[in-house]
Amino acid sequence: MLEIKNLQAKVEEKQILNGINLTVNPGEVHAIMGPNGSGKSTLASVLAGRDEYEVTGGEVVFRGENLLEMSPEDRARKGLFLAFQYPVEIPGVTNANFLKTALNEIRKANGQTPMDSKEFLQIMKEKMKLVEMDKAMTQRSVNEGFSGGEKKRNEVFQMAMLEPMLAVLDETDSGLDIDALRIVANGVNALRNQERSFIVITHYQRLLDYIVPDFVHVLYKGRIVKSGTKELAMELEAKGYDWIKEEVGIHI
Amino acid sequence: MNPAYQHTDKEKFLNSYGAFASRHELMDSPLNTLAIRKFEELGFPTTKHEEWKYTNVSPILKNRFALSTGKSRLKREDILPFLLTGKDSILLVFENGFLNRELSLIENLPQGVIIDSLASSRNHDVVKQHLGKYAPMKQESFVALNTAFIFDGAFIYLPVNAVVERPIHLLYVNDSREEATVVYPRNLIVAKKNNSLKIACTYHTIGNINSAFTNSVSEIVTGANANVEFVKVQTENDNTYHISHTEVMQERDSVFNISTITLGGNIVRNNLHIVLNDVNCTSHLYGLYITDGNELVDNHTLVDHAKPNCESNELYKGVLGGKSSGVFNGKVFVRPDAQKTNAYQSNKNILLSDEATMNTKPQLEIFADDVKCSHGATTGQLDSEALFYLRSRGIGEKEAKAFLNIAFAADVIKNISLEPLRDRLMPLIERKLKQGD
Repeated sequence: MLEIKNLQAKVEEKQILNGINLTVNPGEVHAIMGPNGSGKSTLASVLAGRDEYEVTGGEVVFRGENLLEMSPEDRARKGLFLAFQYPVEIPGVTNANFLKTALNEIRKANGQTPMDSKEFLQIMKEKMKLVEMDKAMTQRSVNEGFSGGEKKRNEVFQMAMLEPMLAVLDETDSGLDIDALRIVANGVNALRNQERSFIVITHYQRLLDYIVPDFVHVLYKGRIVKSGTKELAMELEAKGYDWIKEEVGIHI
Repeated sequence: MNPAYQHTDKEKFLNSYGAFASRHELMDSPLNTLAIRKFEELGFPTTKHEEWKYTNVSPILKNRFALSTGKSRLKREDILPFLLTGKDSILLVFENGFLNRELSLIENLPQGVIIDSLASSRNHDVVKQHLGKYAPMKQESFVALNTAFIFDGAFIYLPVNAVVERPIHLLYVNDSREEATVVYPRNLIVAKKNNSLKIACTYHTIGNINSAFTNSVSEIVTGANANVEFVKVQTENDNTYHISHTEVMQERDSVFNISTITLGGNIVRNNLHIVLNDVNCTSHLYGLYITDGNELVDNHTLVDHAKPNCESNELYKGVLGGKSSGVFNGKVFVRPDAQKTNAYQSNKNILLSDEATMNTKPQLEIFADDVKCSHGATTGQLDSEALFYLRSRGIGEKEAKAFLNIAFAADVIKNISLEPLRDRLMPLIERKLKQGD
């Protein structure tokens, strides 16, 4: 699904990623944890193709193609989805119109016919249930005036609508109360299957009680310094990050 | 003579007036004559004139424009693209300034309501009483010029308590297929007490080889407790020059809403003066301009709060592409009497290219002490975060930009209460935005 080899990237002359290696196979859920400033969100941004980040080395192959050469829209059309840490408000564009356009652009790129309004509304109705979203929200402007929890739910709703092959969740759990967290996690779990993969970036082990990962990686100073299974996340929760810093030494 | 005015092109227009006056039995001879004298005194403004600093009219005046003789060649199919207000509208089609009765639909008017051509209403008492009384021809040379050439236009009169529910569409076509043409549309709208009406006044050109010049003036009186909506739409082509003046006089408890939508034209100047002449008036001023190429669109607004307890709310937005430029000058006067005034103004612009420019100038002059006034102006690029967000969902860059621009423009259009007009404007706006890429 995704193969990241020795990925290096900088933003505004500051080197952030220092050689990331990660392989994600179909159906796998990978959690990426790490202290503040370790490069978690940079990794998500580089994968999604955000302009401000400059890749200085390495490669990323997504479903057999060079991801780094693709525009953000082509990445999405190929099946990549980023759930934003800070979803953007877009006044004047309704959620429904936005999603219908996005969905049909993706379908078009994959040689499918556009979805008609009736079918779209039907699917939207189903997926709204998944994240317990109110119908009125689809007619509101994208994220405008949404609460923090509503914005995150809207990200998961979009993901459910667009049905990506690989979803990257960038701190989707941050700032959520336990109910909102459960809703978001349920949404993600409902989308898990044998083909679809997830990269779940989080600060908190708590999320991983709800979205149980196959692998856990610790990112530190722009590198994955430790990988394991869900037990690693629990260890981090219990002991913090300091032992890892010591274990890997200050030489990195 | 005021050095801010020039005289080189004036004679051309004076000569044209001579021909006009000898051809037509004048609309209101003393008014036309007085106006041409005022125009002769004033001449055309130059960029030395503070109000015309960013708008150089000399490219307009270089042209040789012919004045229509009233010969008609317009066919029904020619105006189909311009029918913007729906089937049940009261429609007045003006062809090069003259009412074309064959293409117009003026039927089943409520009792006492007059909707007709100004030319055939010339002897009506209301026309005599109001025409030329509001628009400032002593200061504005283009108002003086228009007034000198008054011949035809729309006359709308509603007696006390009359309501016109159907939209009234004043459709002006400048047909320059045969030669470069100038038209001087003139509208007089007098709404009395408790009236309610909605007017769309739209300007279009046919033919794009020759240039065309529209110099229009509208005078609108909004009577006590009346509710008037006026939407000015302009889709003229980039060979067309358009200078307009709209003068509004509001009486007590009246509501006046105006939207000024500019979607085309080489040089466009919209002057809008609203006088809140008695207590408890409300006015909303909306504006949208979308420009590309070398277009220039200049909106000058003046809201004159003369009496207490009135509210004005102004929102102008622009999307400027290519090498085009925009001007927004928003004056708000709050006179010493006008306590408890609420006056708000906002001008927001998106520049689509590095070569597009915008000059914006709010000008609040407040002489009363118990008022709430605010203004704000922004000019910038499209929100790059929003753009990335849309693209990350699979929407192409071009589409995503159009999406954001359309949303920006829709924020103005949504305030128009005429739904058919709103629905027909959005595709025109989308088309214009796509041209600008």
